[in-house]
Amino acid sequence: MALNTQPNLTRPDDFYEALLDMHRDLDDAASQSANAQLILLLANHIGDYATLVEAIQHAREGVVSPHGPAPAHARLST
Amino acid sequence: MSINYQTMSFDYGRCAEQEGKEAPLHPVIVVGAGPVGLAAAIDVAQRGVPVVLVDDDCTLSTGSRAICFSKRSLDIFDRLGCGERMVEKGVRWHVGKVFVEDEHVYTFDLLPESGHRRPAFINLQQYYVEGFLVERAQELPNLEIRWKSKVTGMRQEDGDDGAFVTLTVQTPDGSYDLRGRYVVAADGSRSPLRALLGLDSKGRIFKDRFLIADVKMKADFPSERWFWFDPPFHPNQSVLLHRQPDNVWRIDFQLGWDADPVLEKTPERIIPRVRALLGPDVEFELEWVSVYTFACVRMESFRHGNVLFAGDSAHGVSPFGARGANGGIQDAENLAWKLCMVLGGRAPDALLDTYASEREYAADENIRNSSRSTDFITPKTPVSRVFRDAVLKLAKHHPFARQLVNTGRLSVPAVLSESTLNTPDRDRFEGQMVPGAACVDAPVRRGGEDDWLLSQLGGEFTALVFCGAEGVDAASVAVLSALRDAALPVRRIVVSAGPLDAYNRAGAALADVALLEDTQGSAAQRYDARPGTLYLIRPDQHVCARWRHAEPGDLEAALRRALGVRGVA
Repeated sequence: MALNTQPNLTRPDDFYEALLDMHRDLDDAASQSANAQLILLLANHIGDYATLVEAIQHAREGVVSPHGPAPAHARLST
Repeated sequence: MSINYQTMSFDYGRCAEQEGKEAPLHPVIVVGAGPVGLAAAIDVAQRGVPVVLVDDDCTLSTGSRAICFSKRSLDIFDRLGCGERMVEKGVRWHVGKVFVEDEHVYTFDLLPESGHRRPAFINLQQYYVEGFLVERAQELPNLEIRWKSKVTGMRQEDGDDGAFVTLTVQTPDGSYDLRGRYVVAADGSRSPLRALLGLDSKGRIFKDRFLIADVKMKADFPSERWFWFDPPFHPNQSVLLHRQPDNVWRIDFQLGWDADPVLEKTPERIIPRVRALLGPDVEFELEWVSVYTFACVRMESFRHGNVLFAGDSAHGVSPFGARGANGGIQDAENLAWKLCMVLGGRAPDALLDTYASEREYAADENIRNSSRSTDFITPKTPVSRVFRDAVLKLAKHHPFARQLVNTGRLSVPAVLSESTLNTPDRDRFEGQMVPGAACVDAPVRRGGEDDWLLSQLGGEFTALVFCGAEGVDAASVAVLSALRDAALPVRRIVVSAGPLDAYNRAGAALADVALLEDTQGSAAQRYDARPGTLYLIRPDQHVCARWRHAEPGDLEAALRRALGVRGVA
């Protein structure tokens, strides 16, 4: 099962509002906990390991570019 | 009168080498009389090969140490002739409970099905395990234990008849040279033999400290493994409770990296921690305490010439999952039959390379599992802590999250599915008994008596043929009779769905074949067997080949492969 990255949300704006609303009045620690719980709930719903790993890779690439600078130890050796 | 295994000590005695007699070249020397070294020495000696076992001390384990012995270890102890004593003395358990704060969130059952001779686990102090093994070893005339014999030097040489190892052994009477064809280094996590070779175990070292308090008390906790995250009596840390024989309870407190290991071992620090768990009215005394850290590490190779590393000398794991001693005992059984086959001229030396490759693979599995448990129990980064706590919160209400709660994935034998000794399946099979798997047990009847399948397996290669109530099919009879004349002894067993009639038994080809009746159908079900199905089982009770209908040539090829003979198609 490939990860679906095409539009798939039935009510995108409502979902987004609900997502932000989940964090209402929460401090940073509580917000982080809510996010983590949400990820775990959604991951279980998806279930399929390959699909989850694909999503994890997309998320990682969103913050660490695969074409970005190499780690320091690799640069020193060249 | 009961024997006190905690204070038992053994006499040092002078050996042939010290008496100036001509020093023989021993086939096998085992270094280290812990559970792994003892198991290896007994296994080799039982197979008819003389063994010298040297140990730098003369007592059994100090403290209870490795207390959880798995079903697989018990199956091995059965084969070594001391399983029953272990189980009689040990506390059987198979249920684990997980608590978060003061709430019970999750229960797991490690052996939910019946029809196995041995329980999922017993808890038994390591000094009993070692004591029972020593007593078994003492029954074997070809097994010589040399206490107070410390290895201080080692060199490997090539002799006219092949490579051998010379150890320098230091005793109360001075040093002598001990020569052996093969050396099993079961000398523990700080292995002197590993150091003599200038080698090291590499991996992750975990920055956390744990306190073991063995407490003697009358208590009514059940025989279960109880694990708490963040309990009110020990906030922000984990606690593990286990029952041992003799009214001793193991309590394992997570302390954190900043704890002072010397201070934490004092009764003034420990007693309040224990009292906080037990409540103010429970009377107890401290039996043994230890503050420990751990690492998940292994040697790059378990074989260095004719020196083979087994147990903690070769690999280290965190205690969560009971994969240290249990993994080491499986090392010993993997190695013993291979050493004997090579020494007996039935297999090439290369078979010992598969000891290293199979057990390195198993060690990686144990390290992976115990590292994951440790990462869950003691999160290393803020975000891993957030996820860990999120899992625990969800686990209270949502069943899915409970499968993520990792308090230790308890030791099960590695499936050696990538081993070169396996013959890949030609036929379709379902279930878990794939080539490389350790055989599972099943209730059977033999000679009209209730018995167990595993009690029939091991020691030598075994051909296990399944048949229906109508008797053994002609093709299987042909295979079994060809095996009778094989150069290598192969035990032959027929497992029948019902009582075999006289006609079937009378066939000359089956004259000395053991007949087992699969009274409950469990064997056929667990091995996905139909009439004609044949399993070839290694001397260490691992499946190495199976067929729906084997030809005589199939077995010969599979046996050669399982002995590491090159050039097998």
